[in-house]
Amino acid sequence: MATVTLKPTKVPELIFEGYSITPDAFAGKTAAQIAALPGHEGKFVLKLGEFFTVSGNGGETAADTDIVIDGDCSRVKYIGSKMTAGSVTVNGNADMYVGGWMKGGKIHIKGNVDSFCGIQMEGGELLVDGDAKNHVGCAYRGDWRGMKGGTIRIKGSAGNDIGTAMLGGTIIIEKDVFIHVSTHAEGGTVIIKGDVEGRVGGQMVKGDMYVLGKIKFMLPGYKKIGTVEKEVDGAKYTFDHYIGDLGERHGKSKGQYVYANLYLKAAA
Amino acid sequence: MSSGELIVKGGFVIDPTRKINGDVGDIAIKDGKIVEKVSSSAKVIDAKGKVVMAGGVDVHSHVAGPKVNAGRLMRPEDKLRAGVCRSGMAQKNGFRMESGFSIPSVFRTGYEYARMGYSFVMEAAMPPLLAPHTHEEIHDTPIIDEAALPVFANNWFVMEYLRQGEVENTAAYIAWLLKVTKGYGVKLVNPGGTAAWAWGLNCLSINDPVPYFELTPADIIKGLIQANEYLGLPHSIHIHQNNLGNPGNYPETLASLKLAEGVKAKNKFGRETVMHSTHLQFHSYGGEGWKDFCSKSREIMDYINKQKNITFDLGCVTLDETTTMTADGPFEHHLHGLNHLKWTNVDVELETAAGVVPYIYDKDVLPNAIQWATGLELALFAKDMDRAFITTDHPNAGPFTRYPRVIKWLMSKKAREATLATMKNTDRVINATYIHGIDRELSLYDIAQMTRSGPAKCLGLARTYGGLAPGMNGDVSVFDLNYKDMPKDAEKIEAAFQRAACFIKDGEIVVKDGEVVSHGHKKTVWVKVKMPENPQVTRDVSQAFHRGTYTVDISNYPVREYLAPHQSIIDVNVEA
Amino acid sequence: MPKLIKGVGCPYCGSSCDDIEVLVSDDETKVLEVHNACIIGTNLFHHANDPTRPRLPRKRQPDGSMKEIPYEDAIDYMAKTMLAAKKPLIYGFGSTNCEGMSAIGRIAEKSGAVLDNCATICHGPSFLAIFDNGYPSCTLGEAKNRADVVVFWGCNPMHAHPRHTSRYSIFPRGYFTQKGQMQRTVLCIDPRETDTAKLADHHLMLDQGHDYELFNAFRTVLRGHDIPDVVAGIPKETIKKSAEIMKNAKFCMIFFGMGCTHTDGRNHNIDHAISLTRDLNDHTKCSIMAMRGHYNIAGPGQVWAWQFGFPYCIDLSKGTHAHMNPGETSSVDLAMRDEVDCFVNIGADAGAHFPIQPVQHLKKHPFIVIDPNFNMASEISDLHIPVRIAGVDEPGVVYRMDNVPIQFKAVLKGLPGVPSDEELFDRVYERMCELTNTKPIWLAAKEDRRYPESEAVS
Ligand code: SF4
Ligand SMILES: [Zn+2]
Repeated sequence: MATVTLKPTKVPELIFEGYSITPDAFAGKTAAQIAALPGHEGKFVLKLGEFFTVSGNGGETAADTDIVIDGDCSRVKYIGSKMTAGSVTVNGNADMYVGGWMKGGKIHIKGNVDSFCGIQMEGGELLVDGDAKNHVGCAYRGDWRGMKGGTIRIKGSAGNDIGTAMLGGTIIIEKDVFIHVSTHAEGGTVIIKGDVEGRVGGQMVKGDMYVLGKIKFMLPGYKKIGTVEKEVDGAKYTFDHYIGDLGERHGKSKGQYVYANLYLKAAA
Repeated sequence: MSSGELIVKGGFVIDPTRKINGDVGDIAIKDGKIVEKVSSSAKVIDAKGKVVMAGGVDVHSHVAGPKVNAGRLMRPEDKLRAGVCRSGMAQKNGFRMESGFSIPSVFRTGYEYARMGYSFVMEAAMPPLLAPHTHEEIHDTPIIDEAALPVFANNWFVMEYLRQGEVENTAAYIAWLLKVTKGYGVKLVNPGGTAAWAWGLNCLSINDPVPYFELTPADIIKGLIQANEYLGLPHSIHIHQNNLGNPGNYPETLASLKLAEGVKAKNKFGRETVMHSTHLQFHSYGGEGWKDFCSKSREIMDYINKQKNITFDLGCVTLDETTTMTADGPFEHHLHGLNHLKWTNVDVELETAAGVVPYIYDKDVLPNAIQWATGLELALFAKDMDRAFITTDHPNAGPFTRYPRVIKWLMSKKAREATLATMKNTDRVINATYIHGIDRELSLYDIAQMTRSGPAKCLGLARTYGGLAPGMNGDVSVFDLNYKDMPKDAEKIEAAFQRAACFIKDGEIVVKDGEVVSHGHKKTVWVKVKMPENPQVTRDVSQAFHRGTYTVDISNYPVREYLAPHQSIIDVNVEA
Repeated sequence: MPKLIKGVGCPYCGSSCDDIEVLVSDDETKVLEVHNACIIGTNLFHHANDPTRPRLPRKRQPDGSMKEIPYEDAIDYMAKTMLAAKKPLIYGFGSTNCEGMSAIGRIAEKSGAVLDNCATICHGPSFLAIFDNGYPSCTLGEAKNRADVVVFWGCNPMHAHPRHTSRYSIFPRGYFTQKGQMQRTVLCIDPRETDTAKLADHHLMLDQGHDYELFNAFRTVLRGHDIPDVVAGIPKETIKKSAEIMKNAKFCMIFFGMGCTHTDGRNHNIDHAISLTRDLNDHTKCSIMAMRGHYNIAGPGQVWAWQFGFPYCIDLSKGTHAHMNPGETSSVDLAMRDEVDCFVNIGADAGAHFPIQPVQHLKKHPFIVIDPNFNMASEISDLHIPVRIAGVDEPGVVYRMDNVPIQFKAVLKGLPGVPSDEELFDRVYERMCELTNTKPIWLAAKEDRRYPESEAVS
């Protein structure tokens, strides 16, 4: 195991596209080579070393490379995007696309993240201690293939568009969410421990949603079919079980329509 | 056009227009045209050990216009899929930015065709009302010469005239429309069916009545063949038949092909055929449904091989994620019901419609694999390769950038078997198709016929395109293939056709080592018919505008000159 | 002798009416009369007579004043500024012809800019919905000739598109709709009692911001399921009845506007409307259309889609490929997040249409305005370059709200010395090439290039 530590030295004037900040890119490189990896600021290609001091060499492979960023990355995009193994820890905030398209490994952001974290993620773990903005674990514009696997956990709250067009994997938001959860989803699980304003599971074909708080506006396309007890993220609750979106098309399995499930914690 | 002299020296020349098959020789070019000889100061292109052909001619491709652009617009994921940029290679030398995989941007379209050594591309369906859009895109597409076929088979004027059996009026209307849209010929898409789609209906058989217009698709097809030959246009009618894409459609295909029986070509362009049946693969299916879906390529080709006045193109499935788009509006609606992906539709007042749906041809999905085999079989069963053309109905069955792959499959049984072997349902594919039993491997000569001399002749362009005889356009492609020692590895064939070693267009080197080096002098080709004014047609057309059936002003309908900056006009004279 | 020019296109709203007749003075410098246009359109043509229209670029001086400078200097400044910027933002195109939109592509590529248009603050969400769900639509003539049920959702054409209802949607007698309004059932879905709502046969006055739920309710009842007694403030029975009206139409036409795109969930409202349209096509024929605001605001979406594959929010800074992701590459987001360091505002007034904060962010950097007239943006800019007015003294192609290309004519001679957008952009591009010692890339050989004409020659 090798740890590469980056220390931010300069805030980019615009935004730094840190697409090279992944265990995959760092693996097999010395600190000096890592400092020479590219990133864009606007149309200019700059080096990581212009924004960070780099200490420690990369491991042999991505899997044995751990990256620690000691400081704020509010203006650094694409941290850990497309990574397949290893880990990235940011002791601060991170900008857009954290863990976008990631396939494996672990990312831990100790602050907040901006939008599009875990976009079209396929595997691995993304943990955010603070809040996330919009489009958590969503699909890229126009793509019907959203998040396919892995886990995203946001310990704070999130904005809108959580798990759009999701096909698999799990998203956990420990606090509140604004609107649009699992829109167009055809699989996967979203767990929201706080409240949601509304539009939960709109145009949803398949998949599961758990809401432990309240939903202010239920969609008319959801129908309550019973009460069930289920274990969610290590704890048991009683849920009102809804199916939907009844306005949307649904596939059949063994002659029966398969709907999306919304489990809303029953009033105590 | 370049005024310099060029000589392509010592290559294996393949030119079916002169029955030259691999002879080592030189091709001389002067002032943008092929000539017998050039002076010793001519710039020399060394083609030793390489294959030399004319510039490619694509008879059917959707490259410019409203539905193509609707596809580009609705598919950001055609540019960025799973985080991977799909826009291909960027030119090293800083030309225009390229974009898109299945529906490339205009820049990428021009560059990629040029890299494959193509000089002419026919945009296969232009809605007349939206013709300025098509021409704006052609205007912005570099290098390649382009023409566009306006769609006629669901046009209210045409259906009105043909209901009354008025071929001459139909012809006069065609002449007018070609002029105002700067169009090339007569395209039919799902005759009558697209008109029915305006009410949400369709015509699956050529004998289904068209709602309101009280005629049948068969009437439309017959009438347009007659009108086309009455005018003596360079190209025959160009038809996308009814009932595309459905299991068991091949009898309907045969029935519509039979409508050309006994009709003789009448024109001054050397064209001998009266019907071009496009993307035939989509029309050559047996079976009652998807469960017993199968290829009927042999049945179709048994007929076409005998029928000398018909040409066709393949519409080969390339097993890619692509975008379907056609003026067959009801088909696209049907398709989105099958794959549930996004669906765009554009109905065009009085004229036509179009639909766009993304589609993934998956080699492991049985019907897709059968479609793949069917397209290749059509070529492998064909006897006259000058009447069988390579297309993918770009982007419907796959992007045009896959032509080299199609060529690989056609030239190598091993390559076909290799693909077949990777399929999940190999045995079932073999059972439902003929491909496994066909040993034929096409030759470079066959390929040159299918991509050069054949389509040029069918389009009435044989004097300028598709061959290397003196007097023809100075369009020469050089491929890194040794005619005498073809690579054992079929992948190398694909690679050679993907990136021409050199491509000369109108006497100017536009591609070198697979990279675009110049934007050349692209042309917009269109057909101008001179015939006596037909007062009834003039009156009918102007009424449709003045009564407001059209929502635009008649003075803004004709495509303005400046939109087609470099026109190559083919004149047709019809006697009074 | 004054000249009457017929078949003139109106360069104002998305109806892009091209039946306008304009009487101009003998020397083609003055508009005398305007016929057929609505009041807004008429005023627009008369406004071209304004003698105070700017004729020279003006540059901000160290003392804060604006001073007229020659075009060459303005072009040089613009070229240098854009080349020096890390990431310029080019925004606008509410009143530019397609030729100009095509020409700006070269500048944007050369300077590694972000290319965006007014859709970013109006119908951008419609694009997002089209990306996700497609766009089953038609030309306006189809609506006119066939539609017997017309739905106006979150739009008020009586105000925003004055002649829309008479030319295309409610009143006109079309081929299969000979009885005009009598033959059409009009539904209006709007939280406000607009003039369009007053005209409608049925007005569903939904709770503001709950369009998504109402679409969901329609789709749910269309599939035969029950819904709650009241959804979005509308009683179940009304929803069911309205769904039946749409389902039983011969041809149902849904027009939607900013009421849908500017409430929460924006793109999802449209997305859901598109899903409803898809569903209705299982029962009858149904089309949907965005009520685009400006006469050619559909244009940049088309031109840039064929050039770069995206309709708006196009980040070209990589040089190798275009990247688009609204929310990131959209003008307001870029401005708010300080992701751009040069602003070029073309044919749309960011000063008036953007919220104040993004404008303040953009003002930290060079701020260039290209517009035929003075506007709020031009008055806070560092450089204002006047151009001809597309559709008035410059012809060219525009795309109507239904994406029908209309070849607009010019009715006046341009002000002497004032270039069209296209000419200006070509010159800026050439200057950029000079400055970077590169060869300009013209697609057609330069001798073949031609600028727009009013009439077909043949
Ligand atoms: S409706 Fe719009 S386009 Fe028509 S005249 Fe009025 S402002 Fe101009
Ligand atoms: Zn086609």
